[in-house]
Amino acid sequence: MSPGRKGLVLAEPLLFEHAASATSGMDLPDWDVAKSATTEIPAHLLRKSETGLPQLSEPEVVRHFTRLSTYNYSLDAGFYPLGSCTMKYNPKINDWVASLEGFANAHPYAPFEHNKGLLEILWEHKEQLKEISGMDEVCLHPAAGSHGELLGMMLICAYHEDRGDFKRTKVLIPDSAHGTNPSSAAICNLESVTLPSGPDGLIDMEALDKLMTDEVAGIMLTNPNTCGIFEINMKKVADLVHERGGQVYFDGANMNALVGIARPGDMNADVLHFNVHKTFSTPHGGGGPGAGPIGLKNHLAEFLPKPVLTKKEDFIFQDFNRPKSIGRIRSFYGNIGVLIRSWAFIKTLGGKGLTEMTGQAVLSANYMKARLQEKFHVPFDKQHCMHEVLLTDKNQEASTLDMAKGLIERGFHPPTIYFPLVVQGALLIEPTETESKESLDAFCDALLELATKSSEELHHLPETTFVQRVDETLAARKPILKWDLKP
Amino acid sequence: MKYFPFSKEQQTDMLKTIGVEHISELFSAIPETIKIQGDLKIPEGTTEFTLQREVKAKSSCYPIDHISFLGGGSYRRFIPTAIAPVVNRAEFLTSYTPYQPEASQGTLQAMFEFQTLLANLTGMDAANGSMYEGASAAAEAVMMAARINPKKKNVLLSSAIHPEYLECIQTYLKYQDLTWELIPVLENGQTDLAALESAIDDNSLCSMLQIVNFYGVIEDQKKHGEIVSDKKVLNLALVIEMTSLGLIEAPGAFGADIVVGEGQSLGLPVSFGGPYLGVFAVKAKHIRKMPGRLSGQTVDTEGKRAFCLTLATREQHIRREKATSNICSNQQHCALSVTMYLSLLGKNGLKDLALMNYSKAKEAKEALAQVEGVTLRHITSHYNEFVIDLKKPALEIWEALDKKGILAGVPLVWFDEKDTHGLLVNLTEMNRAEDVTNLTAALKEVL
Repeated sequence: MSPGRKGLVLAEPLLFEHAASATSGMDLPDWDVAKSATTEIPAHLLRKSETGLPQLSEPEVVRHFTRLSTYNYSLDAGFYPLGSCTMKYNPKINDWVASLEGFANAHPYAPFEHNKGLLEILWEHKEQLKEISGMDEVCLHPAAGSHGELLGMMLICAYHEDRGDFKRTKVLIPDSAHGTNPSSAAICNLESVTLPSGPDGLIDMEALDKLMTDEVAGIMLTNPNTCGIFEINMKKVADLVHERGGQVYFDGANMNALVGIARPGDMNADVLHFNVHKTFSTPHGGGGPGAGPIGLKNHLAEFLPKPVLTKKEDFIFQDFNRPKSIGRIRSFYGNIGVLIRSWAFIKTLGGKGLTEMTGQAVLSANYMKARLQEKFHVPFDKQHCMHEVLLTDKNQEASTLDMAKGLIERGFHPPTIYFPLVVQGALLIEPTETESKESLDAFCDALLELATKSSEELHHLPETTFVQRVDETLAARKPILKWDLKP
Repeated sequence: MKYFPFSKEQQTDMLKTIGVEHISELFSAIPETIKIQGDLKIPEGTTEFTLQREVKAKSSCYPIDHISFLGGGSYRRFIPTAIAPVVNRAEFLTSYTPYQPEASQGTLQAMFEFQTLLANLTGMDAANGSMYEGASAAAEAVMMAARINPKKKNVLLSSAIHPEYLECIQTYLKYQDLTWELIPVLENGQTDLAALESAIDDNSLCSMLQIVNFYGVIEDQKKHGEIVSDKKVLNLALVIEMTSLGLIEAPGAFGADIVVGEGQSLGLPVSFGGPYLGVFAVKAKHIRKMPGRLSGQTVDTEGKRAFCLTLATREQHIRREKATSNICSNQQHCALSVTMYLSLLGKNGLKDLALMNYSKAKEAKEALAQVEGVTLRHITSHYNEFVIDLKKPALEIWEALDKKGILAGVPLVWFDEKDTHGLLVNLTEMNRAEDVTNLTAALKEVL
């Protein structure tokens, strides 16, 4: 048993470092058949190597993971103002819905009528997302936002190819875009061309005019962009791209600024992805699973991956008969356990509640901007910010990293730092609609106080966390990625 | 709305601090022409009470008491009660990606343990923190092979790989500068390794074998490993029923370069096909070419052991279009559940579980072969599923058995329209001995 490290903050070794217990921590179901001899399997294919699993009792395992959980910061414990991540409260009812036996035990190859209730939910979720985005069709397959991006770009490629337009090998991506945009495009064998932002943080229309040639398959843009401001020329951008034969991909990571206010479909986007773990509150789980459903216009629908959830008269089914489909981007039909939660969230808020959500989120961000502007440089200040505010460390002696670590010491999770790359020393703050004014004020007070500190005063922080500042360089230089028994 | 904390007075104060009168003014940058006129056409919000009632009704459609032999890439598993209350602790469920290591050691240590467990289980040097799910992970494995050996362009795929996985790999490959070739299956259900050997040429990049294949047949990994290593073709192993590794030798022992798989079989609910998790493990020399998130061991300023996300230079935040892949998350919460499941199961438990699955399938296979009108398609060794051929069309029988409360398996006609009579039958520890008795009795009635 490990001694406590600080009071009752308990140290916990790796699973593999515990002494082996006599029993397994789990009962198998009762043996009601004879143990078969495995002689039918050729001996050279039977497992002889160690499986390397530990052997621990149930209380040891429960304690191990409970202790680990105490080393994590979490949304239920406090404010998580990560820009572009939309860390809003994750309602408990949604978890309850997803855990129902009839959903958790629903086998994907059971007859469709047995999953009628679930299919009705998924159909309704498609309808909700269509209405919110202003798109004609929705596909629920992608497992994450980046998977949705990839699918969207595959559809755009399929569209050009179907029209016999084979010369479009490039894609325009603003320099403020999420890094997944260019990497998703690269998987579709498209060459990324960086579209520079103008001094106002918005797409430079002259640069677009010059770069939008007949070799360009389309543009991937984020609106509001990662500087937290609305691309006011969005529709002009879309029209220009369409005039020259391109398609418009809309990165929906920042939909929390738009739901109920404006719709990407009405801005002439052709395809977009949602991050339901952002906008629609499904839990991040320490890095997943999320889901990245896409919305699209009719002209792309025939290329959708199989199967397509379809309704004919009152019958909802999976349609596999899709001759122009690009194929499949995963097994089965999507991250259903996640999508049930986002459906429940939208169901709970309703149309009016969704619009209110967006208003509250944007109000919170602008309030923080108004307070923090006192000491911080706001690089793009021509318009109100949307759901997040971008600051830099230009006016401070200490760096963004120092201030982030100082925030941890003061009991706050830092915002997104050093992103977007279009400014130096970025702090991107997104409060969401579920944070109280008390919480926003406490965070602003802490950050304004840190703004006056020198680097010298902060560089040793954090020091009262479970571990102190972690040597990330060492981890990358000499990677240790698994536990090994020391000789 | 119960999730929004501001009072009217607070809102007024905040608007005053900002210097506007109404929230609507904050949206003034959005041109009026593209704003929504009126409300979204989504019904009013539902109370928690009503939502619960409505959803319960919808979830009760599924016949959870039916006897089930459904498998085919989604496996019914006994999940210990201890797992849900622990992994669903808010500290795990509502935390973000562990970019701030000082505040995320719980997730990072669990991820490191997951990587160790999966590397050990597959017999490889390193595993990542998980991928989206099995089929797209398999596609990523092929793309990784192309990064290891960019000069070779042809991908060899066993045609006994799960058809949805084959379709997914082929979809991804259409966008790459790569071609593929399917290796046929022998009458006994194993991949024709002689055909593989003769298909290999100077342009062959990699060969992927599903070690317990779609038909439940145990493949000869040893021979496959020898053939491909002789010809300098990368050895890719696919494992979809991961518990089979308690009985079957790890792909690492046969020289696999990359092992990919589906982790659902390690204690995740079937959940209508997702969320699951992709397993991805590699040899040491390939680590820097591997996609996906990794937790690495390091130290803090006091020299204490600590963990952080590492080798991020492979990732899209830094490399953007030159990143090894576009994947920027893992299925951490699923990976955590798997880590806890494997911890509870332990090494002895895994061996017993695998033997139980094998024994149940073997007994069922023998019992079904006695039924008139049922033939076992592949006379060979299986892990926990197998194909039977029925004298009547399988879909017809499948529907008739469903009416009798039995989900008899997966009709193969869904994947191959010519395969009208085949049914893929899966047994796990969830099946009781009487399930088989009931199935054979029911089959006698409907055949």
